[in-house]
Amino acid sequence: MPDVRYSIFSLARNALSHHQGWPLAWRSPQPKREYDVVIVGGGGHGLAAAYYLAKLHGISNVAVVEKGWLGGGNTGRNTTIVRSNYLLEANAHFYEHSLKLWEGLTRDLNYNVMFSQRGVVNLTHNDAQIDAARRRGNAMRLNGIDAEWLSVGEVRSMVPLLNCSPGARFPINGALVQRRGGTVRHDAVAWGYARAADACGVDIIQNCEVTGLRIDGGRVAGVETTRGDIAAKKVGLAVAGNSSRLAAMAGLRLPIESHVLQAMVTEPLKPVLDTVVTSGAAHVYISQTDKGEILMGGDLDFYNSYAQRGNLPTLEHVIQGAISLFPFLSRLRLMRTWGGVMDMTMDGSPILGKLPVEGLYMDGGWCYGGFKATPGAGWCHAWTIANDAPHPLNAAFRLDRFHRGALLDEKGVGASPQAH
Amino acid sequence: MLLITCPWCGPRAHIEFTYGGDATVDRPADPDAVSAEEWLDHIYLRDNPRGPHVEWWQHGAGCRGWFKVRRDTWTHRIHRSGPPGADLGEDEPR
Repeated sequence: MPDVRYSIFSLARNALSHHQGWPLAWRSPQPKREYDVVIVGGGGHGLAAAYYLAKLHGISNVAVVEKGWLGGGNTGRNTTIVRSNYLLEANAHFYEHSLKLWEGLTRDLNYNVMFSQRGVVNLTHNDAQIDAARRRGNAMRLNGIDAEWLSVGEVRSMVPLLNCSPGARFPINGALVQRRGGTVRHDAVAWGYARAADACGVDIIQNCEVTGLRIDGGRVAGVETTRGDIAAKKVGLAVAGNSSRLAAMAGLRLPIESHVLQAMVTEPLKPVLDTVVTSGAAHVYISQTDKGEILMGGDLDFYNSYAQRGNLPTLEHVIQGAISLFPFLSRLRLMRTWGGVMDMTMDGSPILGKLPVEGLYMDGGWCYGGFKATPGAGWCHAWTIANDAPHPLNAAFRLDRFHRGALLDEKGVGASPQAH
Repeated sequence: MLLITCPWCGPRAHIEFTYGGDATVDRPADPDAVSAEEWLDHIYLRDNPRGPHVEWWQHGAGCRGWFKVRRDTWTHRIHRSGPPGADLGEDEPR
């Protein structure tokens, strides 16, 4: 494997040869019969776990097995937003760790993930929302995370196209902004981690679906795949959306329902929106991609689904919310819509830690918010696998919290997965 | 859009209904006799199948009644629906 670092010099050198000489970014090896660790799921999370296992813990005899192609699941289906504006302490510290990893990721991976700290603006529309937002902002600042309260005048000057009139369907009376939040090019995250993990010796095996988990005397022994059996001392699951199905292969039931979440982009425009705007009341989050499309996401379809596609009434509802905030959107044509399958947990927080089978670990249950967690989750997953114990950053995300009643219910809505 | 058949009002558009989750989960008959494990199982754990799923729906914009639907979570195909006591059995052949 030629070690080619991406830089202005390698770019110039390859320009002279008409860019015909670039090596492949990662190998496509045949699976070996045995690995120290097999990670199931070649999205951002699984690839990140493999990378940090090799780089930080010296465990490079690792395979990542992926049923489709890299980043073809939820890594390529999200709205690319990253932030760490959480109220609860465990969530705040974990997501802040993740955000700090995002801040150095391009340099760490030697791969431009196009991280853009354009800010994330959470609008408020009534007094109760102001109280909740300011409380959350104060909690963030106490946890060392940036948060800033904006008056409606400041919101208007920051986002001029927003409908800030008192007669709006959802009148805006302020906003909580996290300026260090923003967006990342999601495909580049998968590709960057894949290339960096491969350079550390990790085998990335695509088109290889896990069909069973081999368990021997209460201990994981490997995985059965469509490309043959692979023995492994430890197996990490990074298959959010399908976590219940993989856990069922080990005889486990999880506090998770799978739901479909849709997103969409309009036709491309000239730059009109240089931040991320979200509204809990209108159930919508909006940003503009580097290609110019207005990118919108919102609610689940609210029924169990593994279909990776949803229904039009949900899209219409999200678009109504978006247009109420940004009336100019009503003139745009929708270009693409898609759906991804979410692990919706019973308390709205992830499950990241050991499963009750020796040597089996899980990174899942991300509800709406898996993308922003990618580096932090991979980092904690790798730590947990290497040490056979959770890191303090993911100790609160253990599966047994449901057993112990130690839920992490950020929104306080109880055991109703679709409501988180 | 899903076309859901209310057992009392007939086939109606999905937007008239609210989803109520897995209908195979039964609340323990005697709460005082239930162990912590059984509560955990009832409140939090789900089979979450990819395939046939028997689930609750409420016809909020119609008769307001609750009923069961047998629906495939992978294809979104609705096989049959029935009143709360119904056994929705097997899938219909294609």
